[in-house]
Amino acid sequence: MSWRRTRATAGRVLRQLRHDPRTVALLVAVPAVLMGLLAWILHGRDHDFDTFGPQLLGIFPLIVMFLVTSVATLRERTGGTLERLLTMPMGKADFVFGYAVAFGLAAIIQALVVSGLCFGPYGMAVRGEAWLVVVVAVLDALLGTALGLSVSALATTEFQAVQFMPAFILPQLLLCGIIVPRTELPSVLHWISYLLPMSYAVDATQQLSTHAAVSNQFVVDVIIVAGFLVASLALGATTLRRRTP
Amino acid sequence: MTSRTPDLAAPAVCVEHLTVVRGRTRAVDDVSFELDSGTLVGLLGPSGCGKTTLMRSLVGTQVVSSGIITLLGETAGSPGLRDRVGYVAQVPSVYGDLTVRENLSYFATILGAPSDAVERVLADVDLDHHAGSIVERLSGGERARVSLATALLGSPSLLVLDEPTVGLDPLLRRSLWSLFHRLAASGTTLLVSSHVMDEAERCERLLLMRDGRILADTSPEGLLSSTVTEDFESAFVALIEGEAPGTGDGVLGDGEGRP
Repeated sequence: MSWRRTRATAGRVLRQLRHDPRTVALLVAVPAVLMGLLAWILHGRDHDFDTFGPQLLGIFPLIVMFLVTSVATLRERTGGTLERLLTMPMGKADFVFGYAVAFGLAAIIQALVVSGLCFGPYGMAVRGEAWLVVVVAVLDALLGTALGLSVSALATTEFQAVQFMPAFILPQLLLCGIIVPRTELPSVLHWISYLLPMSYAVDATQQLSTHAAVSNQFVVDVIIVAGFLVASLALGATTLRRRTP
Repeated sequence: MTSRTPDLAAPAVCVEHLTVVRGRTRAVDDVSFELDSGTLVGLLGPSGCGKTTLMRSLVGTQVVSSGIITLLGETAGSPGLRDRVGYVAQVPSVYGDLTVRENLSYFATILGAPSDAVERVLADVDLDHHAGSIVERLSGGERARVSLATALLGSPSLLVLDEPTVGLDPLLRRSLWSLFHRLAASGTTLLVSSHVMDEAERCERLLLMRDGRILADTSPEGLLSSTVTEDFESAFVALIEGEAPGTGDGVLGDGEGRP
Protein backbone atom coordinates (compact mmCIF):
# COMPACT_ATOMS: atom_id res chain seq x y z
CA MET A 1 0.00 0.00 0.00
CA SER A 2 1.29 3.47 -0.83
CA TRP A 3 0.10 6.69 0.76
CA ARG A 4 0.85 8.60 -2.49
CA ARG A 5 -1.50 6.38 -4.51
CA THR A 6 -4.17 6.28 -1.80
CA ARG A 7 -4.12 10.07 -1.55
CA ALA A 8 -4.20 10.46 -5.33
CA THR A 9 -7.21 8.13 -5.51
CA ALA A 10 -9.03 9.98 -2.73
CA GLY A 11 -8.29 13.27 -4.50
CA ARG A 12 -9.57 11.88 -7.79
CA VAL A 13 -12.84 10.66 -6.21
CA LEU A 14 -13.34 14.07 -4.55
CA ARG A 15 -12.66 15.78 -7.89
CA GLN A 16 -15.34 13.59 -9.48
CA LEU A 17 -17.74 14.66 -6.73
CA ARG A 18 -16.82 18.30 -7.35
CA HIS A 19 -17.82 17.94 -10.99
CA ASP A 20 -21.16 16.55 -9.82
CA PRO A 21 -22.51 19.12 -7.35
CA ARG A 22 -26.00 17.67 -7.47
CA THR A 23 -24.77 14.39 -5.97
CA VAL A 24 -23.00 16.29 -3.20
CA ALA A 25 -26.19 18.26 -2.53
CA LEU A 26 -28.20 15.04 -2.38
CA LEU A 27 -25.66 13.41 -0.05
CA VAL A 28 -26.32 16.14 2.50
CA ALA A 29 -29.92 17.04 1.70
CA VAL A 30 -31.44 13.55 1.72
CA PRO A 31 -30.54 12.66 5.33
CA ALA A 32 -31.20 16.27 6.39
CA VAL A 33 -34.74 16.20 4.97
CA LEU A 34 -35.39 12.69 6.30
CA MET A 35 -34.37 13.71 9.81
CA GLY A 36 -36.55 16.81 9.53
CA LEU A 37 -39.45 14.60 8.46
CA LEU A 38 -38.84 12.30 11.42
CA ALA A 39 -38.75 15.25 13.82
CA TRP A 40 -42.05 16.46 12.37
CA ILE A 41 -43.69 13.01 12.59
CA LEU A 42 -42.68 12.64 16.22
CA HIS A 43 -43.45 16.27 17.10
CA GLY A 44 -45.27 16.55 20.43
CA ARG A 45 -44.79 12.90 21.34
CA ASP A 46 -42.76 13.30 24.52
CA HIS A 47 -39.14 12.38 23.91
CA ASP A 48 -39.66 10.07 20.95
CA PHE A 49 -37.42 12.15 18.64
CA ASP A 50 -34.72 12.10 21.32
CA THR A 51 -34.93 8.29 21.27
CA PHE A 52 -35.29 7.57 17.52
CA GLY A 53 -33.45 10.63 16.19
CA PRO A 54 -29.92 9.64 17.23
CA GLN A 55 -30.45 6.05 16.05
CA LEU A 56 -31.59 7.05 12.58
CA LEU A 57 -28.95 9.78 12.42
CA GLY A 58 -26.48 6.91 12.09
CA ILE A 59 -28.56 4.75 9.77
CA PHE A 60 -29.57 7.20 7.03
CA PRO A 61 -25.95 8.12 6.18
CA LEU A 62 -25.02 4.42 6.25
CA ILE A 63 -27.67 3.62 3.63
CA VAL A 64 -26.84 6.63 1.45
CA MET A 65 -23.10 5.91 1.48
CA PHE A 66 -23.66 2.20 0.84
CA LEU A 67 -25.60 3.01 -2.32
CA VAL A 68 -23.24 5.71 -3.56
CA THR A 69 -20.19 3.51 -3.03
CA SER A 70 -21.61 0.42 -4.67
CA VAL A 71 -22.60 2.41 -7.75
CA ALA A 72 -19.22 4.18 -7.87
CA THR A 73 -17.29 0.91 -7.66
CA LEU A 74 -19.51 -0.78 -10.21
CA ARG A 75 -18.89 2.15 -12.55
CA GLU A 76 -15.15 1.61 -12.19
CA ARG A 77 -15.64 -2.05 -13.06
CA THR A 78 -17.91 -1.63 -16.07
CA GLY A 79 -16.03 1.44 -17.37
CA GLY A 80 -12.74 -0.46 -17.43
CA THR A 81 -10.95 2.06 -15.20
CA LEU A 82 -10.58 -0.46 -12.38
CA GLU A 83 -9.02 -2.97 -14.78
CA ARG A 84 -6.70 -0.29 -16.09
CA LEU A 85 -5.65 0.74 -12.58
CA LEU A 86 -4.93 -2.87 -11.67
CA THR A 87 -2.62 -3.24 -14.69
CA MET A 88 -0.70 -0.29 -13.22
CA PRO A 89 1.40 -0.29 -10.04
CA MET A 90 -1.78 0.24 -7.99
CA GLY A 91 -2.33 -1.67 -4.76
CA LYS A 92 -5.80 -3.06 -4.16
CA ALA A 93 -5.68 -1.46 -0.72
CA ASP A 94 -4.76 1.90 -2.32
CA PHE A 95 -7.97 1.74 -4.30
CA VAL A 96 -10.21 0.74 -1.38
CA PHE A 97 -8.69 3.12 1.15
CA GLY A 98 -8.67 5.94 -1.41
CA TYR A 99 -12.45 5.58 -1.67
CA ALA A 100 -12.76 5.30 2.11
CA VAL A 101 -10.79 8.53 2.65
CA ALA A 102 -12.77 10.46 0.00
CA PHE A 103 -16.20 9.28 1.12
CA GLY A 104 -15.07 9.60 4.75
CA LEU A 105 -14.51 13.32 4.16
CA ALA A 106 -17.92 13.55 2.48
CA ALA A 107 -19.39 11.69 5.47
CA ILE A 108 -17.89 14.18 7.93
CA ILE A 109 -19.52 17.10 6.10
CA GLN A 110 -22.78 15.18 5.87
CA ALA A 111 -22.74 14.26 9.59
CA LEU A 112 -21.86 17.80 10.68
CA VAL A 113 -24.68 19.39 8.68
CA VAL A 114 -27.32 16.81 9.56
CA SER A 115 -26.52 16.65 13.28
CA GLY A 116 -26.25 20.44 13.39
CA LEU A 117 -29.84 20.56 12.11
CA CYS A 118 -30.97 17.84 14.53
CA PHE A 119 -29.47 19.44 17.63
CA GLY A 120 -30.48 22.92 16.45
CA PRO A 121 -33.77 23.57 14.64
CA TYR A 122 -35.12 20.01 14.95
CA GLY A 123 -34.65 20.17 18.73
CA MET A 124 -33.05 16.79 19.39
CA ALA A 125 -31.46 16.28 22.80
CA VAL A 126 -29.24 13.51 24.19
CA ARG A 127 -27.98 12.95 27.74
CA GLY A 128 -24.44 12.17 26.54
CA GLU A 129 -22.03 14.29 24.53
CA ALA A 130 -23.51 15.62 21.26
CA TRP A 131 -20.13 15.48 19.45
CA LEU A 132 -19.96 11.75 20.08
CA VAL A 133 -23.24 11.41 18.15
CA VAL A 134 -21.47 13.09 15.23
CA VAL A 135 -18.53 10.69 15.60
CA VAL A 136 -20.86 7.69 15.51
CA ALA A 137 -22.71 9.13 12.47
CA VAL A 138 -19.39 9.50 10.60
CA LEU A 139 -18.35 6.00 11.61
CA ASP A 140 -21.70 4.62 10.36
CA ALA A 141 -21.36 6.45 7.04
CA LEU A 142 -17.87 5.00 6.66
CA LEU A 143 -19.25 1.58 7.50
CA GLY A 144 -21.78 2.08 4.70
CA THR A 145 -18.91 2.92 2.32
CA ALA A 146 -16.91 -0.11 3.43
CA LEU A 147 -19.88 -2.48 3.11
CA GLY A 148 -20.65 -1.00 -0.31
CA LEU A 149 -17.05 -1.58 -1.44
CA SER A 150 -16.97 -5.20 -0.34
CA VAL A 151 -20.46 -6.09 -1.55
CA SER A 152 -20.17 -4.41 -4.96
CA ALA A 153 -17.69 -7.09 -6.01
CA LEU A 154 -20.64 -9.48 -6.09
CA ALA A 155 -22.65 -7.32 -8.46
CA THR A 156 -22.12 -7.52 -12.20
CA THR A 157 -24.90 -5.15 -13.25
CA GLU A 158 -26.41 -1.92 -11.95
CA PHE A 159 -29.71 -3.72 -11.29
CA GLN A 160 -27.97 -6.16 -8.97
CA ALA A 161 -25.96 -3.46 -7.21
CA VAL A 162 -29.06 -1.44 -6.36
CA GLN A 163 -30.81 -4.52 -4.98
CA PHE A 164 -27.93 -5.25 -2.62
CA MET A 165 -29.18 -2.33 -0.56
CA PRO A 166 -32.46 -4.05 0.44
CA ALA A 167 -30.64 -7.39 0.58
CA PHE A 168 -27.83 -6.35 2.93
CA ILE A 169 -29.15 -3.30 4.75
CA LEU A 170 -32.89 -3.81 5.34
CA PRO A 171 -32.52 -7.08 7.32
CA GLN A 172 -30.08 -5.26 9.59
CA LEU A 173 -32.59 -2.43 9.95
CA LEU A 174 -35.26 -4.92 11.06
CA LEU A 175 -32.97 -6.62 13.57
CA CYS A 176 -30.96 -3.71 14.94
CA GLY A 177 -33.38 -2.88 17.75
CA ILE A 178 -35.22 0.12 16.36
CA ILE A 179 -38.48 -1.70 15.64
CA VAL A 180 -38.36 -4.23 18.48
CA PRO A 181 -35.69 -4.04 21.21
CA ARG A 182 -33.12 -6.74 20.43
CA THR A 183 -33.64 -8.46 23.79
CA GLU A 184 -37.31 -8.99 22.90
CA LEU A 185 -36.57 -10.62 19.53
CA PRO A 186 -37.14 -14.38 19.13
CA SER A 187 -33.96 -15.97 20.46
CA VAL A 188 -32.58 -17.09 17.06
CA LEU A 189 -33.02 -13.58 15.65
CA HIS A 190 -31.52 -12.11 18.81
CA TRP A 191 -28.39 -14.18 18.26
CA ILE A 192 -28.26 -13.24 14.57
CA SER A 193 -28.48 -9.57 15.55
CA TYR A 194 -25.14 -9.95 17.36
CA LEU A 195 -23.49 -10.70 14.00
CA LEU A 196 -24.76 -7.55 12.28
CA PRO A 197 -22.79 -4.30 12.44
CA MET A 198 -25.87 -2.06 12.47
CA SER A 199 -26.93 -3.51 15.85
CA TYR A 200 -23.82 -2.00 17.44
CA ALA A 201 -24.12 1.26 15.51
CA VAL A 202 -27.66 1.74 16.83
CA ASP A 203 -26.76 0.61 20.35
CA ALA A 204 -23.92 3.15 20.47
CA THR A 205 -26.34 6.03 19.82
CA GLN A 206 -28.81 4.56 22.32
CA GLN A 207 -26.06 4.63 24.93
CA LEU A 208 -25.48 8.31 24.17
CA SER A 209 -29.21 9.04 24.43
CA THR A 210 -29.58 7.43 27.83
CA HIS A 211 -26.24 7.90 29.61
CA ALA A 212 -24.75 11.26 30.55
CA ALA A 213 -21.26 9.79 30.90
CA VAL A 214 -19.51 7.62 28.33
CA SER A 215 -20.59 4.07 29.17
CA ASN A 216 -18.40 1.01 28.79
CA GLN A 217 -21.00 -0.43 26.45
CA PHE A 218 -20.62 2.63 24.20
CA VAL A 219 -16.88 2.09 23.97
CA VAL A 220 -17.39 -1.60 23.16
CA ASP A 221 -20.01 -0.71 20.50
CA VAL A 222 -17.71 1.82 18.83
CA ILE A 223 -14.79 -0.62 18.81
CA ILE A 224 -16.98 -3.31 17.23
CA VAL A 225 -18.31 -0.93 14.55
CA ALA A 226 -14.73 0.15 13.81
CA GLY A 227 -13.76 -3.53 13.63
CA PHE A 228 -16.53 -4.24 11.08
CA LEU A 229 -15.38 -1.16 9.17
CA VAL A 230 -11.76 -2.33 8.91
CA ALA A 231 -12.80 -5.92 8.17
CA SER A 232 -15.10 -4.96 5.31
CA LEU A 233 -12.47 -2.61 3.84
CA ALA A 234 -10.00 -5.50 3.94
CA LEU A 235 -12.62 -7.78 2.40
CA GLY A 236 -13.28 -5.12 -0.26
CA ALA A 237 -9.57 -5.13 -1.14
CA THR A 238 -9.41 -8.93 -1.39
CA THR A 239 -12.47 -9.17 -3.63
CA LEU A 240 -10.76 -7.02 -6.29
CA ARG A 241 -9.37 -9.29 -8.98
CA ARG A 242 -6.53 -8.36 -11.28
CA ARG A 243 -7.38 -11.27 -13.56
CA THR A 244 -10.94 -11.93 -14.68
CA PRO A 245 -12.33 -14.80 -16.78
CA MET B 1 11.88 10.37 -23.21
CA THR B 2 12.67 8.28 -20.19
CA SER B 3 12.22 4.89 -21.82
CA ARG B 4 14.17 2.16 -20.10
CA THR B 5 16.86 0.28 -21.97
CA PRO B 6 15.23 -2.88 -23.29
CA ASP B 7 16.99 -6.18 -22.84
CA LEU B 8 17.94 -6.70 -26.47
CA ALA B 9 19.04 -10.29 -25.95
CA ALA B 10 15.55 -11.49 -25.02
CA PRO B 11 12.42 -11.04 -27.14
CA ALA B 12 10.05 -8.40 -25.75
CA VAL B 13 7.14 -10.82 -25.91
CA CYS B 14 7.25 -14.60 -25.89
CA VAL B 15 3.99 -16.54 -26.00
CA GLU B 16 4.10 -20.35 -25.85
CA HIS B 17 1.04 -22.50 -26.45
CA LEU B 18 -1.41 -20.00 -24.99
CA THR B 19 -4.97 -21.26 -24.68
CA VAL B 20 -7.82 -19.29 -23.16
CA VAL B 21 -11.22 -20.90 -22.73
CA ARG B 22 -14.10 -18.53 -22.10
CA GLY B 23 -17.34 -20.32 -21.37
CA ARG B 24 -17.59 -23.02 -24.05
CA THR B 25 -15.39 -21.18 -26.52
CA ARG B 26 -11.65 -21.44 -27.10
CA ALA B 27 -11.12 -17.70 -27.46
CA VAL B 28 -7.39 -18.26 -27.91
CA ASP B 29 -6.37 -21.67 -29.17
CA ASP B 30 -2.76 -22.83 -28.74
CA VAL B 31 -1.12 -19.62 -29.87
CA SER B 32 2.66 -19.19 -29.91
CA PHE B 33 4.76 -16.26 -31.17
CA GLU B 34 7.67 -14.01 -30.26
CA LEU B 35 8.05 -10.26 -30.76
CA ASP B 36 11.44 -8.53 -30.95
CA SER B 37 12.11 -5.34 -29.05
CA GLY B 38 11.38 -2.13 -30.91
CA THR B 39 9.04 -3.59 -33.50
CA LEU B 40 5.60 -2.41 -34.52
CA VAL B 41 3.40 -5.45 -34.89
CA GLY B 42 -0.16 -5.50 -36.15
CA LEU B 43 -2.62 -8.02 -34.76
CA LEU B 44 -5.32 -8.25 -37.40
CA GLY B 45 -8.46 -10.23 -37.64
CA PRO B 46 -12.22 -9.91 -37.69
CA SER B 47 -14.24 -8.90 -34.66
CA GLY B 48 -14.55 -11.76 -32.17
CA CYS B 49 -11.48 -13.65 -33.38
CA GLY B 50 -9.74 -13.48 -30.00
CA LYS B 51 -7.58 -10.36 -30.41
CA THR B 52 -8.83 -8.73 -27.24
CA THR B 53 -8.56 -11.93 -25.19
CA LEU B 54 -4.99 -12.42 -26.42
CA MET B 55 -4.11 -8.84 -25.51
CA ARG B 56 -5.73 -9.09 -22.09
CA SER B 57 -3.73 -12.28 -21.48
CA LEU B 58 -0.52 -10.39 -22.28
CA VAL B 59 -1.23 -7.59 -19.83
CA GLY B 60 -2.28 -10.03 -17.13
CA THR B 61 -5.98 -9.21 -16.76
CA GLN B 62 -7.23 -12.41 -18.36
CA VAL B 63 -7.46 -15.77 -16.60
CA VAL B 64 -5.64 -18.09 -19.01
CA SER B 65 -6.23 -21.84 -19.28
CA SER B 66 -2.72 -22.90 -20.26
CA GLY B 67 0.48 -21.64 -21.81
CA ILE B 68 3.39 -19.44 -20.84
CA ILE B 69 3.66 -15.70 -21.54
CA THR B 70 6.92 -13.89 -20.89
CA LEU B 71 7.15 -10.11 -21.33
CA LEU B 72 10.46 -8.25 -21.04
CA GLY B 73 11.89 -11.28 -19.26
CA GLU B 74 9.11 -11.57 -16.67
CA THR B 75 5.96 -13.67 -16.47
CA ALA B 76 2.87 -11.78 -17.70
CA GLY B 77 0.95 -10.15 -14.87
CA SER B 78 3.90 -9.99 -12.46
CA PRO B 79 4.15 -6.81 -10.37
CA GLY B 80 7.48 -5.81 -11.93
CA LEU B 81 5.74 -5.30 -15.30
CA ARG B 82 3.03 -2.93 -14.11
CA ASP B 83 4.98 0.23 -14.93
CA ARG B 84 6.72 -1.23 -18.01
CA VAL B 85 3.69 -2.39 -20.00
CA GLY B 86 1.06 0.04 -21.23
CA TYR B 87 -2.38 -1.25 -22.20
CA VAL B 88 -5.22 0.51 -23.97
CA ALA B 89 -8.49 -1.38 -23.96
CA GLN B 90 -10.94 -1.07 -26.82
CA VAL B 91 -13.40 0.90 -24.69
CA PRO B 92 -11.80 4.17 -23.52
CA SER B 93 -11.01 3.44 -19.87
CA VAL B 94 -10.85 6.90 -18.38
CA TYR B 95 -13.09 8.84 -16.02
CA GLY B 96 -15.83 10.52 -18.03
CA ASP B 97 -16.67 13.00 -15.29
CA LEU B 98 -13.14 14.41 -15.01
CA THR B 99 -11.26 16.70 -17.38
CA VAL B 100 -8.61 15.29 -19.71
CA ARG B 101 -5.84 16.81 -17.59
CA GLU B 102 -7.35 15.56 -14.31
CA ASN B 103 -7.48 12.04 -15.75
CA LEU B 104 -3.89 12.15 -16.95
CA SER B 105 -2.55 13.68 -13.72
CA TYR B 106 -4.22 10.99 -11.66
CA PHE B 107 -2.88 8.11 -13.76
CA ALA B 108 0.56 9.81 -13.87
CA THR B 109 0.65 9.81 -10.07
CA ILE B 110 -0.35 6.15 -9.95
CA LEU B 111 2.41 5.31 -12.47
CA GLY B 112 4.95 7.53 -10.74
CA ALA B 113 5.53 9.31 -14.06
CA PRO B 114 7.60 12.52 -14.13
CA SER B 115 5.72 15.82 -13.84
CA ASP B 116 6.18 16.77 -17.51
CA ALA B 117 4.62 13.49 -18.70
CA VAL B 118 1.09 14.93 -18.88
CA GLU B 119 2.07 17.73 -21.28
CA ARG B 120 4.16 15.35 -23.36
CA VAL B 121 1.36 12.83 -23.93
CA LEU B 122 -1.19 15.59 -24.56
CA ALA B 123 1.03 16.74 -27.44
CA ASP B 124 1.62 13.16 -28.61
CA VAL B 125 -2.08 12.52 -29.17
CA ASP B 126 -2.84 16.09 -30.25
CA LEU B 127 -5.18 16.91 -27.39
CA ASP B 128 -3.45 20.03 -26.01
CA HIS B 129 -6.49 22.12 -26.79
CA HIS B 130 -8.87 19.83 -24.97
CA ALA B 131 -6.86 19.46 -21.75
CA GLY B 132 -9.50 21.30 -19.74
CA SER B 133 -12.53 19.56 -21.27
CA ILE B 134 -14.65 17.04 -19.41
CA VAL B 135 -13.99 13.68 -21.08
CA GLU B 136 -17.70 12.79 -21.35
CA ARG B 137 -18.29 15.81 -23.59
CA LEU B 138 -15.57 14.81 -26.07
CA SER B 139 -16.21 12.82 -29.22
CA GLY B 140 -15.60 9.08 -29.29
CA GLY B 141 -12.30 9.50 -31.13
CA GLU B 142 -11.09 12.14 -28.69
CA ARG B 143 -11.99 9.91 -25.75
CA ALA B 144 -10.04 7.06 -27.35
CA ARG B 145 -7.03 9.37 -27.59
CA VAL B 146 -7.30 10.29 -23.89
CA SER B 147 -7.20 6.58 -23.15
CA LEU B 148 -4.17 6.15 -25.44
CA ALA B 149 -2.42 9.14 -23.83
CA THR B 150 -2.88 7.49 -20.42
CA ALA B 151 -0.94 4.44 -21.59
CA LEU B 152 1.92 6.63 -22.86
CA LEU B 153 2.38 8.41 -19.49
CA GLY B 154 4.82 5.93 -18.01
CA SER B 155 6.95 5.62 -21.19
CA PRO B 156 6.42 1.84 -21.19
CA SER B 157 8.78 -0.57 -22.97
CA LEU B 158 5.82 -2.52 -24.34
CA LEU B 159 2.54 -1.04 -25.54
CA VAL B 160 -0.49 -3.24 -26.12
CA LEU B 161 -3.11 -1.23 -28.00
CA ASP B 162 -6.54 -2.69 -28.71
CA GLU B 163 -8.00 -0.99 -31.80
CA PRO B 164 -6.56 2.46 -31.00
CA THR B 165 -7.47 3.99 -34.35
CA VAL B 166 -11.11 2.93 -34.65
CA GLY B 167 -13.41 5.76 -35.63
CA LEU B 168 -10.65 8.30 -36.17
CA ASP B 169 -10.48 10.53 -39.22
CA PRO B 170 -7.79 9.56 -41.76
CA LEU B 171 -5.47 12.46 -40.92
CA LEU B 172 -5.53 11.67 -37.24
CA ARG B 173 -5.07 7.99 -37.95
CA ARG B 174 -2.00 8.78 -40.00
CA SER B 175 -0.57 10.95 -37.23
CA LEU B 176 -1.13 8.21 -34.63
CA TRP B 177 0.59 5.63 -36.83
CA SER B 178 3.55 7.93 -37.23
CA LEU B 179 3.60 8.29 -33.43
CA PHE B 180 3.64 4.48 -33.18
CA HIS B 181 6.58 4.35 -35.62
CA ARG B 182 8.46 6.99 -33.62
CA LEU B 183 7.89 4.98 -30.42
CA ALA B 184 9.10 1.79 -32.12
CA ALA B 185 12.17 3.60 -33.41
CA SER B 186 12.98 4.66 -29.85
CA GLY B 187 12.92 1.03 -28.72
CA THR B 188 9.31 0.54 -27.63
CA THR B 189 7.64 -2.68 -28.73
CA LEU B 190 4.07 -2.16 -29.94
CA LEU B 191 1.34 -4.69 -30.52
CA VAL B 192 -1.56 -2.91 -32.22
CA SER B 193 -4.82 -4.65 -33.06
CA SER B 194 -7.26 -3.72 -35.76
CA HIS B 195 -10.13 -5.29 -37.64
CA VAL B 196 -9.45 -3.00 -40.58
CA MET B 197 -7.19 -5.02 -42.87
CA ASP B 198 -5.87 -1.92 -44.63
CA GLU B 199 -4.00 -0.97 -41.48
CA ALA B 200 -1.71 -3.93 -42.17
CA GLU B 201 0.44 -1.86 -44.51
CA ARG B 202 1.45 0.43 -41.65
CA CYS B 203 2.97 -2.39 -39.59
CA GLU B 204 6.42 -3.94 -39.76
CA ARG B 205 5.06 -7.33 -38.99
CA LEU B 206 1.62 -8.94 -39.01
CA LEU B 207 -0.11 -11.53 -36.93
CA LEU B 208 -3.34 -12.54 -38.63
CA MET B 209 -5.86 -14.09 -36.34
CA ARG B 210 -9.08 -15.99 -36.88
CA ASP B 211 -11.16 -18.19 -34.54
CA GLY B 212 -8.59 -17.95 -31.78
CA ARG B 213 -5.65 -19.07 -33.89
CA ILE B 214 -2.80 -17.29 -35.66
CA LEU B 215 -3.37 -17.84 -39.41
CA ALA B 216 -0.19 -16.13 -40.51
CA ASP B 217 2.86 -14.53 -38.97
CA THR B 218 4.44 -12.49 -41.73
CA SER B 219 5.35 -9.05 -43.05
CA PRO B 220 2.92 -6.92 -45.11
CA GLU B 221 4.95 -7.57 -48.27
CA GLY B 222 5.25 -11.25 -47.45
CA LEU B 223 1.49 -11.54 -47.01
CA LEU B 224 0.72 -9.97 -50.39
CA SER B 225 3.33 -11.99 -52.26
CA SER B 226 2.49 -15.33 -50.64
CA THR B 227 -1.22 -14.93 -51.37
CA VAL B 228 -0.65 -13.36 -54.79
CA THR B 229 -3.06 -10.51 -53.98
CA GLU B 230 -2.87 -6.74 -54.24
CA ASP B 231 -4.75 -5.65 -51.15
CA PHE B 232 -4.88 -6.92 -47.59
CA GLU B 233 -8.60 -7.61 -47.59
CA SER B 234 -8.19 -10.11 -50.47
CA ALA B 235 -5.03 -11.50 -48.91
CA PHE B 236 -6.94 -12.31 -45.73
CA VAL B 237 -9.75 -13.98 -47.69
CA ALA B 238 -7.19 -15.96 -49.70
CA LEU B 239 -5.56 -17.11 -46.46
CA ILE B 240 -8.85 -18.34 -45.03
CA GLU B 241 -9.84 -20.11 -48.24
CA GLY B 242 -6.39 -21.67 -48.41
CA GLU B 243 -6.85 -23.23 -44.98
CA ALA B 244 -7.63 -26.94 -44.70
CA PRO B 245 -11.35 -27.75 -44.86
CA GLY B 246 -13.21 -28.01 -41.57
CA THR B 247 -12.06 -24.67 -40.23
CA GLY B 248 -14.15 -24.70 -37.10
CA ASP B 249 -15.93 -22.03 -35.18
CA GLY B 250 -13.59 -22.37 -32.24
CA VAL B 251 -15.97 -24.40 -30.10
CA LEU B 252 -14.41 -26.82 -27.61
CA GLY B 253 -13.73 -30.27 -28.98
CA ASP B 254 -13.29 -28.94 -32.48
CA GLY B 255 -9.55 -28.54 -32.24
CA GLU B 256 -8.55 -31.59 -34.24
CA GLY B 257 -7.45 -32.08 -37.82
CA ARG B 258 -6.30 -28.54 -38.36
CA PRO B 259 -3.00 -27.68 -40.04
